Amino acid sequence: MGSSDLIALWVSLRLATTTTLLLLLLCTPLAWWLAMGVSRMRTLIDALVSLPLVLPPTVLGFYLLLLLGPRGAIGGALHGLGLPAPAFSFTGLVMGSILYSLPFAVQPLRDAFQGIATRPMEVAATLRASPWNRFLTVALPLSARGILTAAVLSFAHTLGEFGVVLMIGGNIPGRTQTASIALFNHTEALEYGPAYRLSLTLLVLCFALLLAVYGMNRRLLRTTGALA
Amino acid sequence: MSWTGNLGCQCARARWVVLLVLLGSAARAAAVGAAELHVAVAANFSGPLQTLASLFERSGGDRLLISAGSSGELYTQIRQGAPFDAFLSADTEKPQKLESEGLSVPGSRFIYAVGSLVLWSPKPGVVDDEGQVLQSGTYRFIGVANPQTAPYGTAAQQVLTKLRLWDQLNQEHRIVIGENITQTWQFAATGNAELAFVALSQVLQADGSINGSSWRVPQSMYERIDQAAVVIAASPQKLAAQRFLTWLRTDPAALASIHAAGYRTAD
Repeated sequence: MGSSDLIALWVSLRLATTTTLLLLLLCTPLAWWLAMGVSRMRTLIDALVSLPLVLPPTVLGFYLLLLLGPRGAIGGALHGLGLPAPAFSFTGLVMGSILYSLPFAVQPLRDAFQGIATRPMEVAATLRASPWNRFLTVALPLSARGILTAAVLSFAHTLGEFGVVLMIGGNIPGRTQTASIALFNHTEALEYGPAYRLSLTLLVLCFALLLAVYGMNRRLLRTTGALA
Repeated sequence: MSWTGNLGCQCARARWVVLLVLLGSAARAAAVGAAELHVAVAANFSGPLQTLASLFERSGGDRLLISAGSSGELYTQIRQGAPFDAFLSADTEKPQKLESEGLSVPGSRFIYAVGSLVLWSPKPGVVDDEGQVLQSGTYRFIGVANPQTAPYGTAAQQVLTKLRLWDQLNQEHRIVIGENITQTWQFAATGNAELAFVALSQVLQADGSINGSSWRVPQSMYERIDQAAVVIAASPQKLAAQRFLTWLRTDPAALASIHAAGYRTAD
């Protein structure tokens, strides 16, 4: 495999890891609110969160470019603050990926939180556990499988992402060229050899990763199964 | 065939027979005569082809069913038996390949359009008419279509290499690569890249002017961007397809329409 393909693979892995971590951080409170909150806004937000699934990725990428551009709402504001424009940078890729994979993180988390029985939380409350304590020691362990699913889906979805990263990243080798873009370039240029090699590496890598994660999931199932 | 001969006939059955024959011949006419030609076209020419299609139909030609895509995709689809009658590529390489693979009608291949490369900014006063802005370095990003897959990208790379800027700009990570010429145009149109090498056909207005600022790159600086068309060998209506391509090549109104869209023609 060529060095540019290896670099692209590295960009992909970095992007998927960063996006997944940020999504888990951002989406856990959001999903908790969607699951447990009482606000009537929840339905609206629920629907909004799913919207990135609707638009074709390149179109979503185009709108993001408009938004992040010097005349766009976000790009313009950043420009006003003297910050660099996010388009065609790794930061821009992360921003686009977070939006694109948002439903894949929020929905499993929300469902997991909704699935927690009220009983364990009440028992913890009678044992004088603080809300934080209850969340960290009861709710999160009980939702471990949902969290895992959210992480796996976000990671895999970001890794396979193509249209959005192409638009917002500008396909700069070593910076914003991800493995899926490099792969697409190879097939478009009818370079099937390098395309096979990169595909195979990507598939084997992700298969190993998923295998490890699902193995962990089984162990979690046993422990949380005992807990519930 | 006409009704008049049967008007006097009192026999209801005979009338039914005539009606059925008429219906049958109408259906055949729809299938063979006034046919629908399925044309695969490179995305960059799909707009001009819409205009050409209505011109062709108005001049008594067949109706065109247009499928637009990247030339690479369309080529692969044709190899897999896609039901196209003619293929208008964005390059000459893919039609040539089809011909050597026996998938297009020999002798049908010709250059229907020649593209022009333009350095463009949506802002007035950014690009001068000699392209000096490329050397000035006041821009952060420049958009270029993928040189490996898009003919306009190859041309842009040739221009930047000739100006001894390609390596430098690449090392500075300032070249943003659009997958196709549309995306490259979008990079600049949204203001994220200050400059982009685009196709004249993308920025040419109906009145012949170009908005923003631009430099029409002299043809001597890059290899001609020839776009070739072929009749597909597997087409069941090769003659009709050939009629359309001949019209495209020779009809004065068709040629004028191609020129108005920002393309030159080969002859």
